[in-house]
Amino acid sequence: MTRQRGDVVVETRGLCMHFGGVRAVDEVDFTLFDRELRCLIGPNGAGKSTFFKCLTGQLTPTAGDVMIRGQAMTGAEPFEIASLGVGIKTQVPNVFDGLSAEENIWISARRWHDDRRARTLTAETIERLRLGDIRRTQLGRLAHGQRQWVELGMVVAAEPWLVLLDEPAAGMTHEETYRTAELIEEINKTAALIVVEHDMQFIRMISRQVTLFHEGGILMEDTMDAISADKRAREVYLGHRA
Amino acid sequence: MNSSLLRQMRSTFFFALLGVVFMFAAPQVLQLFTIINLTTAIALAVLALSLALIWGYGGILCFGQVAFFGLGAYVYTISAINFGGSTWAVLMAVLVTSAFAAALGYFIFYGRVSDVYLGVITLTVTLIFFSLIRRTSGPEYKIGNALLGGFNGVSSPPINLPWDSGSFLFPEHVFYVAMAVLILCYVFVGWLVNTKFGRVCVAIRENELRAELLGYDTRLYKLGIFTIGAGIAALGGVLFCNGVGRITPDVFSLYNAALTIIWVIVGGRGTLIGPIGATFALFYLTSALGGQSLLNNNLVLGIILIIFVLLVPKGVAPTVVDWIASRRKKTPRRARRRRGARAEGME
Repeated sequence: MTRQRGDVVVETRGLCMHFGGVRAVDEVDFTLFDRELRCLIGPNGAGKSTFFKCLTGQLTPTAGDVMIRGQAMTGAEPFEIASLGVGIKTQVPNVFDGLSAEENIWISARRWHDDRRARTLTAETIERLRLGDIRRTQLGRLAHGQRQWVELGMVVAAEPWLVLLDEPAAGMTHEETYRTAELIEEINKTAALIVVEHDMQFIRMISRQVTLFHEGGILMEDTMDAISADKRAREVYLGHRA
Repeated sequence: MNSSLLRQMRSTFFFALLGVVFMFAAPQVLQLFTIINLTTAIALAVLALSLALIWGYGGILCFGQVAFFGLGAYVYTISAINFGGSTWAVLMAVLVTSAFAAALGYFIFYGRVSDVYLGVITLTVTLIFFSLIRRTSGPEYKIGNALLGGFNGVSSPPINLPWDSGSFLFPEHVFYVAMAVLILCYVFVGWLVNTKFGRVCVAIRENELRAELLGYDTRLYKLGIFTIGAGIAALGGVLFCNGVGRITPDVFSLYNAALTIIWVIVGGRGTLIGPIGATFALFYLTSALGGQSLLNNNLVLGIILIIFVLLVPKGVAPTVVDWIASRRKKTPRRARRRRGARAEGME
């Protein structure tokens, strides 16, 4: 296991999220280092998305702590976490459907910069993500994959130092998935990432370190190759696929 | 983006100019009775504008916008009676109403009350005002020198010149004031929705979670637009009690609360001129209907509402804009080809 570059940026200690008797996330200790790219995998119901929602403030954990860059953020509102400079993409595309792609990205850039800089950033982001053809189109009229891309554009335009992505490649074509992987590599040059994913091919494209969730806890944390080779991991997750 | 912002403001200035022309032309051609009637319609248009802002742009379905309208009117009237002048009374009306809305909004937005309950709460507040003020008919219900008067209401002192509390404005002059207030509020709101604040509010209307995940405190933005909307509604209330000459608890009735919503639905959410136009149209329709006894007034309004919800769900103004846009796309094919050629030449 290689501990990469520098400081801890995300840390959870004994994080629990219980819904009545259901222990969706149970006693999770998790650490992410600066500039790390970490994938979270696991079978359905393993607690990945619940864990993700605890990190992003969409759920308030039942117990335990979330620390982001050493600051206690347990139970913080989503906007407070985003205001630290964290870019977040949710599982279901969350975009401004009635607004143009350009306006969507501008709203994101404007959070951090004045109007002039925000407009430049918007133009740059549109070019970088090749959204030029749809810049003036209302998001509601776009295909699923394109909306996902605009959402990624909103994340990128905020120039975050930590990026949390929940299933960024879901519902994308092969070509789009490939480009998303490229984009994630690029984001990783300046930011640490946590990526929740199902698509094994996609994970192989981007992954270095993988955290495998099972029944609300972390089963193992290693490289994708090591996890594929592990008997226990194959049983809970990969067995029925690989 | 910049050009669309300019275009947006250009249409705002166009309608504002139209308003100015109307403001100076109307008293020349119309009779005094019509002018006095118009003043009331203008006051209601300001109310419609305030709901067009917070519902159409902020996505906040406030079912009790008349509460702020009526509160503004009452605060103005009571203050004007006590102060013996209107200038500070107008200021009081706006400030007290905004403060009340801010307090109410604080509990609603910071308590994360969902949309449906927001409608219920605001309507309930309106009806509480209605019941409460209706019961204030005795001589013991007095604020300073002003008797609240129960269901008979209070007669409102007319607006006077700011520097001379003795010189009251005549009804025809109140018309100018009302028209000026409407135009100024319209331009202000038209500007506001194009600022960062306004655009973030629209984004929150579209997807509140996304706005939060971008780092915007949506509660604060919603509270802001709600409070501003209430302040504008209060100004409308001030004009209303000036136009009518008195203010009664009927302003807080369920009928009026529903009517405000109907103006915005008919005129169209997401526009400002739509609800204003719809207010004038429906105001004159109900006046005309009041002159006959064949059809029940409420029945006609109800039918209009149903027709719009079913057939023109976006409302008049957005439908017209869509229609113009689709025609523009179809007709000047040559112009588009030319533009296309220019784009190629640039590459």
